[in-house]
Amino acid sequence: MNVVLTKTETQRPASDVFAGVRDRLPGRGKAAEAREQAFAAFERAGLPHRRLEDWKYTDLRALMRDVLPLAAAPDKNALERAEAALASLPAVDAVRVVLVDGAFAPTLSNLGGMETGVRVQTLREALEDGNHADLLSNGSEPGAMIALNAAMATDGLVITVADRVAIAKPLHIAHVATRGSTASFTRSFLTIGKAAQATLLESFVAAEGTKSYQVNDVISVSVGDDAEVQHVRLMDDGADATNITTAVFSVGAKARLTTFNMTSGGILSRYQGHLTFSGEGAEVNANGVNLLNGRQHADTTLFLDHAVPHCMSREVFRSVVDDRAQSVFQGRIIVRPHAQKTDAKMMTRALLLSDEAEADNKPELEIFADDVTCGHGATTGALDESLLFYLRARGLPEKEAEALLIQAFVGEAIEAIASDGLRELTVTIARAWLERRG
Amino acid sequence: MSLLEIKDLQVRVDDREILHGLSLTVNEGEIHAIMGPNGSGKSTLSHVIAGKPGYEVTGGEILFRGEDLLEMDPDERAAKGVFLAFQYPVEIPGVVTMNFLRTAYNAQRKARGESELMAPEFLKKVREVAKRLGIPQDMLKRGVNVGFSGGEKKRNEILQMALFEPSLCILDEMDSGLDIDALRIAADGVNALRSPGRAMVVITHYQRLLNYIIPDVVHVMSKGRVVKSGGKELALELEASGYAQFDEAALTAA
Ligand SMILES: Nc1ncnc2c1ncn2[C@@H]1O[C@H](COP(=O)(O)OP(=O)(O)O)[C@@H](O)[C@H]1O
Ligand SMILES: [Mg+2]
Repeated sequence: MNVVLTKTETQRPASDVFAGVRDRLPGRGKAAEAREQAFAAFERAGLPHRRLEDWKYTDLRALMRDVLPLAAAPDKNALERAEAALASLPAVDAVRVVLVDGAFAPTLSNLGGMETGVRVQTLREALEDGNHADLLSNGSEPGAMIALNAAMATDGLVITVADRVAIAKPLHIAHVATRGSTASFTRSFLTIGKAAQATLLESFVAAEGTKSYQVNDVISVSVGDDAEVQHVRLMDDGADATNITTAVFSVGAKARLTTFNMTSGGILSRYQGHLTFSGEGAEVNANGVNLLNGRQHADTTLFLDHAVPHCMSREVFRSVVDDRAQSVFQGRIIVRPHAQKTDAKMMTRALLLSDEAEADNKPELEIFADDVTCGHGATTGALDESLLFYLRARGLPEKEAEALLIQAFVGEAIEAIASDGLRELTVTIARAWLERRG
Repeated sequence: MSLLEIKDLQVRVDDREILHGLSLTVNEGEIHAIMGPNGSGKSTLSHVIAGKPGYEVTGGEILFRGEDLLEMDPDERAAKGVFLAFQYPVEIPGVVTMNFLRTAYNAQRKARGESELMAPEFLKKVREVAKRLGIPQDMLKRGVNVGFSGGEKKRNEILQMALFEPSLCILDEMDSGLDIDALRIAADGVNALRSPGRAMVVITHYQRLLNYIIPDVVHVMSKGRVVKSGGKELALELEASGYAQFDEAALTAA
């Protein structure tokens, strides 16, 4: 009896999940209406599946199957477990905001010493007090998963950095999951003013023993004219977690943005980035690394929209795939008709460490302007035997020799991270992955 | 006991036999030269001693201090004191030379059960040796051999040889691609490492190198065998008469 009950509990369709929690989600009036509409949009589309071109390698209907019940707000025990999980991460000097199971955890966060001109609010506050229903709208970004996020979002951060303010320390949004077989939905906004400077770190981890949970996150970053922004996302979720994240960037004139994502955790993940140049003369580095083993499936899909002239973009993507894991990289660049002098380059390389590992690369360039410099390249291969032998002949055991070469391989994507602290953190996590590999 | 004892070694690559029963004995402190025309199997021999995959040993044995070398992984051989200075050292982008040297050095020490040398101590040691070999410090910050000239790559091999202090050094065509000045620097580096406890096998196509590194024994290799051994005067003889006579010898022996 019990077994049957548990089963129906966890396999309730998304409509039941939403119906069961809609009245408890933050925001009334327009916000509640926005949720209803978003959920209706999700219901119409359903989970993305392989017949949609954009999702052909990552069929959520087959792989994710259903949406799990919403995670309950963290209690004392959840917070303690989350704290332990955070303590086990390599230390990084940052201003930290923690989201546990999709809810802001003030006791684990330290916002002290934040510069004047920086405003940090939770999404819950913004929806409940400010009635900012617009935070649940999806703008020009369609898609079922982002709509589902709008319907279900429980919390997140709404951060504004005023014009010309430079934040000294990185701002760290730390996601921690503590409840197995549940889903969490978070949604954050970062608005960087003109000529402002900020560094954002996002991390995803699980408390020890947290199984089979789902994360659906949306992050929206608006980079003001002449601003400088670094964004580093380190997804190291639990071994059987699902993480679907949408990152939306809008980049102002003469701004510089470096965005870097590394996926080393989760059994199933999709990181979809949507970046639009909104002002001329901007420069973007959009790099990423997938480190996968076991039966992991990780999909990075980046869409760069060169909507205005004179912008530069560089994409360097590296995937390391072991065992029966599957890595997907889809990189689409569109150069609009009037976006002359666009300089866009994308390079993706995959390293397969086993015969059963798979890497799918789909670079797509759509160029509608005639005076541009654009290029892309994709390679897939194994570790170079002659390099391995050289290292071994110098005394490095096989796994160590491989680790050194793998680190060099992903280093080509990691080196774009300008902050020493964040670059070192990224390397540390990559090394930990290599050590777990044994 | 000899340091290295190769007995009747037969080696195949892709089902083709390259070494047809090669024997060679090297004792501690000795310098051996192996000379032979291109394609005679010199590099194959050096690779098999170092443990490169892809070679099938179909007969014979290699003993190192009496132990079966062929049973060991390449890294075990390195830790035991076998060092091959490659004919063509590879470039390893993204692996900083200094970091590589430290990792390799400590891996060898660890395998021997010795304590690891900490960074500042090691740095000092590398700098000293590099200076002696005329290797600019900034080369140590670059990827292993990346953008190095032929001469720099060879000097980087000798740098490693000096750091790791192996008991058997195999130098495969150390002189190839070097002009006379580069050759002299490299040879001086090698000569500085001569010691009663260390043996060297100097593989070369030309007699020239042996003017700088004077061998105790010279072997002539042809078609996968040692066809003649003698003193250092054998090298001069070869210089005068060429390899053709030995090719004949190899043919008749076959
Ligand atoms: N990997 C390989 N695959 C096939 N043939 C090889 C390979 N390596 C060497 N050989 C062959 O073995 C023979 C000996 O080569 P090598 O050992 O390089 O000679 P040397 O160093 O004396 O010039 C040559 O005929 C060469 O073509
Ligand atoms: Mg050779």
